[in-house]
Amino acid sequence: MKYITEFRSSELGEGLISQIRLRSKKKARFMEFCGGHTVTIFRYGIRQLLPLTIEMVSGPGCPICVTANADLDRAIALSKIPGVIVATFGDMLKVPGSHSSLEKAKASGAEVRTVYSATDALEIAKANPDSSVVFLGIGFETTAPTIAASILQAEEKGIGNYYVLSLHKLCPPVIRALLDSGEVELQGLVCPGHVSAVIGSHPWEFIAKEYGIPCVISGFEPLDVLQCVEMLVKQVEKGQAGVEIAYKRGVRAEGNQIALKLMERVFEPSPARWRGMGEIAGSGLKIREEYKRFDAEANFDIQTAPAIEHKGCICGEILRGVKAPADCKLFARACTPENPVGPCMVSAEGSCSAYYLYGGERG
Amino acid sequence: MDKILLAHGSGGKLAHDLVEKSFIKALANPLLDKLDDSAVFDISGRLAFTTDSYVVSPIFFPGGDIGKLAVCGTVNDLATSGARPLYLSLSFIIEEGLLLSELEKVVASVQKAAKVAGVEIVTGDTKVVTRGSADRLFINTAGVGVIPEGVDASGTNAKPGDKVLLNGTIGDHGIAVISQREGLSFATKLKSDCAPLGDLVADMLKASPNIHALRDPTRGGLATSLNELARQSKVSIRIEESKIHVREAVLAACEMLGFDPLYVANEGKMIAIVPPEDAEEVLAAMRKNRYGKEAEIIGEVGAENPGRVIMKTVLGSSRIVDMLVGDLLPRIC
Repeated sequence: MKYITEFRSSELGEGLISQIRLRSKKKARFMEFCGGHTVTIFRYGIRQLLPLTIEMVSGPGCPICVTANADLDRAIALSKIPGVIVATFGDMLKVPGSHSSLEKAKASGAEVRTVYSATDALEIAKANPDSSVVFLGIGFETTAPTIAASILQAEEKGIGNYYVLSLHKLCPPVIRALLDSGEVELQGLVCPGHVSAVIGSHPWEFIAKEYGIPCVISGFEPLDVLQCVEMLVKQVEKGQAGVEIAYKRGVRAEGNQIALKLMERVFEPSPARWRGMGEIAGSGLKIREEYKRFDAEANFDIQTAPAIEHKGCICGEILRGVKAPADCKLFARACTPENPVGPCMVSAEGSCSAYYLYGGERG
Repeated sequence: MDKILLAHGSGGKLAHDLVEKSFIKALANPLLDKLDDSAVFDISGRLAFTTDSYVVSPIFFPGGDIGKLAVCGTVNDLATSGARPLYLSLSFIIEEGLLLSELEKVVASVQKAAKVAGVEIVTGDTKVVTRGSADRLFINTAGVGVIPEGVDASGTNAKPGDKVLLNGTIGDHGIAVISQREGLSFATKLKSDCAPLGDLVADMLKASPNIHALRDPTRGGLATSLNELARQSKVSIRIEESKIHVREAVLAACEMLGFDPLYVANEGKMIAIVPPEDAEEVLAAMRKNRYGKEAEIIGEVGAENPGRVIMKTVLGSSRIVDMLVGDLLPRIC
């Protein structure tokens, strides 16, 4: 078992597709919460293969996309403080804030370094004792534990020049907010696989119980997504709503207790700003008082002008699943991956980027 | 350990010693041995002429180094016009402090690659710059080759109905290089596919001199090169995902890093656009060459949607394959 090619088998794929076509009678709209799923769906042309009864809409599950301009502005402002090295996941570089991007700040002389993990950022801090290294803590429950671990390591090793700007976001609260808004009606939710690998399946149960919406946790290969859709269709046709795990090789019902404990030790829930959804209570993570000396928020004077939204950009509505990229006047015209106006076009997991690159709604 | 000093590039005694001991000895041939400022030779027929600069980091990577790359890259650029590569120039820009032993290792692999490729290094130059002005070692090579009578391969020549051929797996070079990056190194036995493809192309042209277009998909990967061809020739290209070979190690690394192998760099791959009636023969010739054992017909050229590349996925659906946007990996070649 190598866990990749097996999950891209065309034979098994055809079997699942014919099962879905056979079973699906009722009209159903499923949201794939996660940008990773959106990419798989487009990369393998899965929407074309589904019967007309099933509509897939993309959700807010791209951590970079949901980062509010005000927070992007703060990250950019941090990079301009003399003596500060900003370490970040590569996806963040091009994302436009109100006025600039980290990439542009870097070209003007700011020290911005791309890393693949918080541990790499910690290494940069160790190698540059005269600078302050700020890691941009962007991500959902998936990345938060590793960043918590980096803070604990910094403490253990006495690395005093390492800081984290915590812009982490939590998934279940935003789904609740989305469902409460009544803007989008769903008959099923493709739940995020890697977030669930950390939090388990229990935190999704309120969606089935309180909102009567079937939930299936999916992996990221094309067969994973097809199997997930098939399981959702089964629930819909039987009139049931429960939480099931299709991604059994990655997710256990109880989640990853070690990761959860790390996260809880370093962070506490806080309100967070989401692009297009405003502030949502309990949907963010802030560094606990005990670890304040690693909190960039508490240790730097971050000055920003009031955030501005780009005229005409509908990333917010796209993230809520209310509109599709093709509904945006800027899509593929003023806003392209080379010259992105909104973050959904630049992030690898952004809906607009997936539509644009894989040709969903073009031409 | 001897290190390269600024004086090694000054044109004085040290520079002479470096050229004679480290370069001429290794790369010896009658044209270079004369030590004139320019190489003088007779050549007849239609010429192909190209240049490229190599700035890969790290300079040594699994399956090759910057020296091998500098020969193969330029040889392959000549081969894409159907030319038989003949002569190369070789210029070094060295950051002071580079170990002499490292430079000699690079020169040795230039020599070896040139021998395999059947080309001679006939002129060269060395500059040394202050620490920080370059990253260890940059190389520029230029090359000339002769195009056989009756061959006319150009990116503008793809015609609807033509078959698209590829000589093997994609993404090996990009992933082999990135696997060595500081702060990113992960264990893999993967090697760069870096190879000189002059012979492969000669074999293909023997099977059919009517090959319409050749392109080596380096930076930007297979996807970007196919898009360039589709745009240049104002045609569409349809490819089949199941026909494009990707090694498991490349697939796994791509999953981990969030890359699509279609956009990952190669240094030993050749795309050929071939009239349908000649495709099988060219394919057979490719498979007989050591650099084409895993060759496949990966798709065909169409008339509709000019400029577009469309891929039939393993699930049977189809999607657009666009050009690479921005930089996937910095400095892989």
